[in-house]
Amino acid sequence: MKKTWLILICLMMTHTTLPAADDLTVKIGSKVHTESVILGEFVTHLVNNVGGKAIHRRELGGTQVLWKALLRGDIDIYSEYTGTMTRELFVGSGLKTLDDIRGRLLQDNIFMTNPLGFNNTYAISMKKAVAAKYGIRKLSDLRHYPNLKFGFGESFMARNDGWQSLRQTYQLPQTDVRGLQHDLAYQGLNQGAIDVIDAYSTDGEVAYYDLQVLEDDLQHFPKYYPLFIYRADLQERMPQVIKTLQQLDGKISEADMTKMNARAKLDKVPENQIAADFLAEKLAIKVEIPENSLWSRLYQLTIEHLILVSISLFAAIVVSIPLGILAFKYSRLGQIILGIVGMIQTIPSLAILVFMIPLLGIGNLPAIAALFLYSLLPIVRNTYLGLHDISPQLRESGQALGLPPMARLRLIELPLAYRSIFAGIKTSAIINIGTATLGALIGAGGYGQPILTGIRLDNTGLILQGAIPAAVLALLVQGLFELAERWIVPKGLQVKSR
Amino acid sequence: MALKTIELFIPEGKTTILLGQSGSGKSTLIRIINGLIQPDSGGTVFFEGIPVTPQNALDLRHKMGYVIQEGGLFPHLTAYQNVALMAGYLGWSAERIDKRVTELAQLTQLPVDILNRFPTQLSGGQRQRVSLMRALILDPDLLLLDEPLGALDPMIRSELQTDLKQIFQTLGKTVVIVTHDIGEAGFLGDMIVLLRDGQIVQQGSLPELVHTPADPFVTLFINAQRSPLEVLTGNPS
Repeated sequence: MKKTWLILICLMMTHTTLPAADDLTVKIGSKVHTESVILGEFVTHLVNNVGGKAIHRRELGGTQVLWKALLRGDIDIYSEYTGTMTRELFVGSGLKTLDDIRGRLLQDNIFMTNPLGFNNTYAISMKKAVAAKYGIRKLSDLRHYPNLKFGFGESFMARNDGWQSLRQTYQLPQTDVRGLQHDLAYQGLNQGAIDVIDAYSTDGEVAYYDLQVLEDDLQHFPKYYPLFIYRADLQERMPQVIKTLQQLDGKISEADMTKMNARAKLDKVPENQIAADFLAEKLAIKVEIPENSLWSRLYQLTIEHLILVSISLFAAIVVSIPLGILAFKYSRLGQIILGIVGMIQTIPSLAILVFMIPLLGIGNLPAIAALFLYSLLPIVRNTYLGLHDISPQLRESGQALGLPPMARLRLIELPLAYRSIFAGIKTSAIINIGTATLGALIGAGGYGQPILTGIRLDNTGLILQGAIPAAVLALLVQGLFELAERWIVPKGLQVKSR
Repeated sequence: MALKTIELFIPEGKTTILLGQSGSGKSTLIRIINGLIQPDSGGTVFFEGIPVTPQNALDLRHKMGYVIQEGGLFPHLTAYQNVALMAGYLGWSAERIDKRVTELAQLTQLPVDILNRFPTQLSGGQRQRVSLMRALILDPDLLLLDEPLGALDPMIRSELQTDLKQIFQTLGKTVVIVTHDIGEAGFLGDMIVLLRDGQIVQQGSLPELVHTPADPFVTLFINAQRSPLEVLTGNPS
């Protein structure tokens, strides 16, 4: 076992490059939709332009996740919408004006920029042909067609300003309402699987798919003016960046933003290019787009992925083997241990990752903690079984020699169980590599990041950039483990009998 | 198998056979001797005058070598490592271990090069010789063998019986062997203890058991094992 640990420690020492917080590092967050990512790229460029180090955590999650990450300092800045703050984040506080919002944010020591210009409100939309067929123009028209199928983004389903309140305002009777990923909704609509979706008014797809945006005739939705909100210390650390962001005041029109969104989603132009073009055009700021080849990106993702996998797996090994031994030595306690680690395994991985956010914030730490929990069962169980399955004859042989229990464990029982323990570690490692792709959901990066971006941009190529390396890594690790097995499992357990 | 009241004195320097059918309690009895099993109703085993207790059993076992049916060799260790395990644990020097292992290999007539093999690479007879070496490494006062030849082919079994008898004579140690084979018992044993249902039926030499059986069961037991020539002579033993 010592040998395995040595390998893992080496892996960790070469790869533990967790970004350190310092004055020049700015952590930018963005939500799961493209517009938020593009706006995040604006800040990324500006920070890099003044010699800072920008870390853009893309596709971190919904409003609540971003807001909490900002409060905790897991991120320094992200773009938020006025309507989201009045209707969702601070609902019930009766905020009306920009100054109300500014004052409320200050209570949490958060500053905000001026609005950027456009209004990105919810645009409840249908295909033009379907809308024309029923003669639907306004949201209140929907009341007469209870059989229409609605498909809304998960955040819209859950938000205070989302589906529930819309239903109340317009007294909508529809019952076939399902939640799905925002970017997939367009495809669903296009294929006729759903009739009505919650588009954003600046989405490029509205024009692309020739959608009818239904008029909000009862003025249900507020204005959603985007602006940046940031932690107070960023003002002191990066005054030039804040100053430039203030210069964006009203500069981005609805047409501008729609065009940028369309370039990203329909023309597949990288968000950093789109943001750079806009900065050059409107603010005459030339930014360098770092040359980022596929291979260097892959290298970065691989490092991130390996950090997640190796640290969590190493910790799991250190904890699980003793737990497996305890479970074997004390059968009562053993049932409890096996029960608990088994139960952990039944919690869906997505849920376990999200549970970690309030405890550990976002980034590597919660992802590693979640992966650690997931890696326990195979190793604990195989350690227990490996020890448990040693034949009574061999067990008695050890006792009859007069070896005390600890010496029996060390000299006889554990070596005999190595193969089983090792198989458990191998299983954990492979599950871990797959599950770690979910780490991107909470800002830990890794191979999950291109998968997430690929889903958002409906870009299969990007999805494969994450999926293929993850599969290759799993195969590679499996191969490595098989080689290592020959080295670690005692020779006598490998030789064929004559 | 539950044992009933048993009072047994094992003579020093002699070979005692615990003989009986399966379920007679002979294996339980040998395990009680080295403390692997505790007698539950207050019985006591005295070893060299000392009562065997759970507290001192581990140390006392260093003076009681133990061989079981299929050797009980640890598959992850070579034959040499199996033999040397306890000596290594007790901190013997490598030279001392080496010397002792060579000595024992000679005694058990095992070629030294075989000692680098793993148990799965050994024949049944070789395994038993290694197991015997392992039991003897600390030069114990008492040697316990639980069906040591039970899993072997008849030819190898017979060969090993001869060798064992010679080894026991050379060593002059106190030996206890569990077997169900009356022929083996008679060949190896100075004293035979016949057990049935957890009780001693008779103890004595083979001629005593044959000529003055204490119970009809003794004769039944002895006659139950056919001699190979019985078919020719038409006469049991």
